Amino acid sequence: MSSENGKRLLETDAGGLNFEATELTLGLPGEPRVTSDGGAKLGSKRGISETVDLKLGDNNPEVKLGHSLQEAAKSPVSKTQVVGWPPVRGFAKRGKKSCKYVKVAVDGAPYLRKVDLEMYNSYQQLLTSLEDMFSCFTIRNYLNEKKIDQVNGIEYMPTYEDKDGDWMLVGDVPWQMFVESCKRLRLMKSSEAVGLGLKTAPKYSSTN
Amino acid sequence: MNYFPDEVVEHVFDFITSHKDRNSVSLVCKSWYKIERYSRQRVFIGNCYSITPQRLIARFPGLKSLTLKGKPHFADFNLVPHDWGGFVYPWIKALAKSKIGLEELRLKRMVVSDDSLELLSKSFPNFKSLVLVSCEGFTTDGVAAIAANCRFLRELDLQENEVEDHRGHWLSCFPESCTSLVSLNFACLKGEINLASLERLVARSPNLKSLRLNRVVPLDTLQKLLMRAPQLVDLGIGSYVDDPSSEVFSKLKAVIQLCNSIRSLSGFLEVAPWCMSAIYPICENLTFLNLSYAPGLQGNDLTKLVQQCRKLQRLWILDCIGDKGLGVVASTCKELQELRVFPSDPYDAENAAVTEEGLVLISAGCPKLNSLLYFCHQMTNAALITVARNCTNFIRFRLCILDPVKADPVTNQPLDEGFGAIVRSNKSLKRLSLSGHLTDQVFLYIGMYAKKLEMLSIAFAGDSNKGMLYVLNGCKKLRKLEIRDCPFGDVALLQDMGKYETMRSLWMSSCKVTLGACKTLAKKMPSLNVEIINESEQLEFSLDDRFLVDKMYLYRTLVGHRKDAPEYVWLL
Repeated sequence: MSSENGKRLLETDAGGLNFEATELTLGLPGEPRVTSDGGAKLGSKRGISETVDLKLGDNNPEVKLGHSLQEAAKSPVSKTQVVGWPPVRGFAKRGKKSCKYVKVAVDGAPYLRKVDLEMYNSYQQLLTSLEDMFSCFTIRNYLNEKKIDQVNGIEYMPTYEDKDGDWMLVGDVPWQMFVESCKRLRLMKSSEAVGLGLKTAPKYSSTN
Repeated sequence: MNYFPDEVVEHVFDFITSHKDRNSVSLVCKSWYKIERYSRQRVFIGNCYSITPQRLIARFPGLKSLTLKGKPHFADFNLVPHDWGGFVYPWIKALAKSKIGLEELRLKRMVVSDDSLELLSKSFPNFKSLVLVSCEGFTTDGVAAIAANCRFLRELDLQENEVEDHRGHWLSCFPESCTSLVSLNFACLKGEINLASLERLVARSPNLKSLRLNRVVPLDTLQKLLMRAPQLVDLGIGSYVDDPSSEVFSKLKAVIQLCNSIRSLSGFLEVAPWCMSAIYPICENLTFLNLSYAPGLQGNDLTKLVQQCRKLQRLWILDCIGDKGLGVVASTCKELQELRVFPSDPYDAENAAVTEEGLVLISAGCPKLNSLLYFCHQMTNAALITVARNCTNFIRFRLCILDPVKADPVTNQPLDEGFGAIVRSNKSLKRLSLSGHLTDQVFLYIGMYAKKLEMLSIAFAGDSNKGMLYVLNGCKKLRKLEIRDCPFGDVALLQDMGKYETMRSLWMSSCKVTLGACKTLAKKMPSLNVEIINESEQLEFSLDDRFLVDKMYLYRTLVGHRKDAPEYVWLL
């Protein structure tokens, strides 16, 4: 492939890819080009690095790397756990259908409702809105205060079903991540939530 | 210049408009300092905690336009907790008390309350322009106050803010007497607005040049608005869905033909691909096209549109355009200077939408390219080296490989050589963001070649303190350094403490910096604020100096510790 103005496109195989020839040799004399220690390079939060094990300077890199990448692909969840990555401003719901209606079920209510998660910017806004919607119940709020409903003394835990089909407690992940993965909401009676071992409420980042 | 009376010198200074130049001018001698400060109208403060409003007011009594930035950049990616700071209220309160005739306020990453907006709207009779970018803390009630009280408002520009929407009466708060609007951008608001009010507002704003609508403004309102404002230069479309056989759609097609001043097009917050053809008549004059918020447009739709835009200088687009689509951009948009390719599904690595191939095509086809933001699934050294040969004018080069430690998939090598080539051949580079598997070597190259670099963003890169030291020692013009998840520690942090006085700020999170080192730095450098963000339950006094700090943010300041830090921010 070549273009009219003579600029170079990727040099494909003209006698094999010879990267050594194209590599810049800018290192200081005596400096090793690659480190032998592939393991200790990442910071203390090792969400991605746990799943990708790169060994530099190997003779047979593609086998090892392919294996590591396969391992990584098996656990895509760990990729999404890294906070703040990719560095795309969370607010910008780019490329997504901008309505995210999910069903809301409340234990004991005769019918379900639907809310558009896109209309909220934070957990606090969502929970307040749900409380308005189901006005005779109160939801255990994010400060972990026990808000017992006056009328019938019932407390509710907000839970949701995520993309994998698991039922999760609302509030553990950043807001945008929650909106992405939430398929439906259920306000579960606290008495049923016994045995989930929940001692502390999650810290909601309310503007995330 | 000493032979001229002050008024003449002042008149000469009128021609000096850039902040940097005016700052330099003020340092020449006492006389110039004095003349400059009285004649200065526009001030830019990159870190709101580097100075107090009182000192600003004392120095520049003629201030008319103020730009303030608050939170660190990584706040955009949820790395800075809520309530960290960046409150604008003290600034507005101080300015309101003074005699300053504020006319323009531009804020980025600040917390803006409704009270602030209301105070702002009532305190400055000549207030003309409010620009809020990535701010939060206010509702549409605050916006309503601005609309209602700023009699000579020209510009209300809300970009990517988190605004609590109390459903739409704010637009109706613009009085009938308000006819001065030049720019109105409410694309980031989520709620309903009064469409009739909007139409009337546009109808009575003959100077309106820029209008960006939110998602709830339907296509038939758009058509009516364009009838009233064919003079628009910048248009942000809200909802763009209709039946192409409808009468409304025909009217829209007709009126768009009349809008031959439009140079900038964005929005499409809701869009039907079959409606895009109505846009084609204005494509040939477009210089800026932003489709990065448009959901559901496929590569073909995007390509067909871009093919019409021969004069495009800036393109923001989603990666579903694909490498082939970028090839079309490369052969069509010869004037292209800035390209931003955003990920359409950041968490889905399966659909590789753009790769190194697209970037290489762009570099070969667009000789004027100087600014890049590129989210892709993979990159190779060979591609970067080719790009570096093709493009030597980069000012901004931000590459984000979605898997942050991914090596060159062809050679399994780190991307040091590729980025090295970029910095070596782009001598004017001011901003660089790295990603992919990178060792200390890339930092050696950056320190050696990136002599004009002002801002560097690093994540999951490097092997040792040497990496960070190469950068600190080599990049003489560095102003902002932000690092996350790298093995840089105390040795690098403390090697050259004076360096941080030449920079605006340093962010390090999930690195290997200890509490002890931060305390040392804070003690030795009183001109720096060293802040630790600690979200764990542990209390400061119970921690050992060997404790690895999770998030550290330091910045130079003239005014010492700030008074508004929340409990979890430790000011050392």
